[in-house]
Amino acid sequence: MQATLLPPGTSAPDFALPSTLDGPLGPQDRRGHPLILVFYPADWSPVCTDQLTLYQEIMPEFETHDAALFGISVDGRWSHLAFAKDRNLRFPLLADFEPKGVVARAYGVYRAQDGTSERALFVIDPAGAVSWSYVSPTDVNPGADGILRALEDLAAKGIAR
Amino acid sequence: MRATRWEATLVLPVSEDRDHIQGPGEAPVTLVEYGDYECPYCGEAYPIVKEIQERMGEQLRFVFRNFPISTAHPHAEFAAEAAEAAAAQGRFWEMHDHLYEHQQRLGVDDLRSYARAIELDLDLFDKEFEEHVHADRVHEDFLSGVRSGVNGTPTFFINGIRHDDPYDFETLLTALNGAIGAGADHGGS
Repeated sequence: MQATLLPPGTSAPDFALPSTLDGPLGPQDRRGHPLILVFYPADWSPVCTDQLTLYQEIMPEFETHDAALFGISVDGRWSHLAFAKDRNLRFPLLADFEPKGVVARAYGVYRAQDGTSERALFVIDPAGAVSWSYVSPTDVNPGADGILRALEDLAAKGIAR
Repeated sequence: MRATRWEATLVLPVSEDRDHIQGPGEAPVTLVEYGDYECPYCGEAYPIVKEIQERMGEQLRFVFRNFPISTAHPHAEFAAEAAEAAAAQGRFWEMHDHLYEHQQRLGVDDLRSYARAIELDLDLFDKEFEEHVHADRVHEDFLSGVRSGVNGTPTFFINGIRHDDPYDFETLLTALNGAIGAGADHGGS
């Protein structure tokens, strides 16, 4: 049975996935700051591309909230490196590749029938709890408005900038 | 699980003072486009919108706002600023059309030659362009798009509601006429 999306208030599971940076990354590396986790089905597919390109463009707004962003898919690190270079993505992409989808499963966003993750967004608060989560239909680019609202909610509660 | 549903609606209402508008203020339907001058999909949409405008005449008000995605399109930001510089001289639509008709050539020298072609005051254009006088306006458009749920370019809004269907001529025309039929409120205003 499909696990359900991790809801707000739950602790965001830690992990250490290979990334396009030098070392592995996980939520624990950003503790004390808001973190945006963007699960997407695959490198190179058109919708993901628009979505991640848009997020790169909006990074300055995310950064005003002191937030970092990690992209996560089941693609391997070499695919991620080529993809990030091709699309000028400067935030890290994490490889949920081996064992495949283990982090997506932990967050309740693995699509067993496709062997990929859902197109899902999480905003994690500085203490490491999920403050907002959302699954978009895989063919719909969810944009950034929900993320910005979640970051503003954190700021309004005095939890983050 | 918290249900997160938000309406993809235009958060910055169409303003006759602020926006670049074609068509009458009392038109029953308003089409807002968030576009990027270097984006090939926007280039494909450009003649379609023209055709729609021709077909609908006074029934349609069309608004263009900037949404340059520089990550993908390195010339888009300056092209948008050039269009705003033309707007400052009352010539926005000439520049807008010129840019979409010459999408493959959007270097700084090209932009300047287009400013000359549409007979702008070149000294003023150069000054504003070099000082990036209009960068804030372009960014304001961009952010208003982000907050309205723009998720790529072009994104259209019909009477303030995001148009998620394709933007081929027939689909767009049907949606616009449908909005007239529905008698919805004017473009978010």
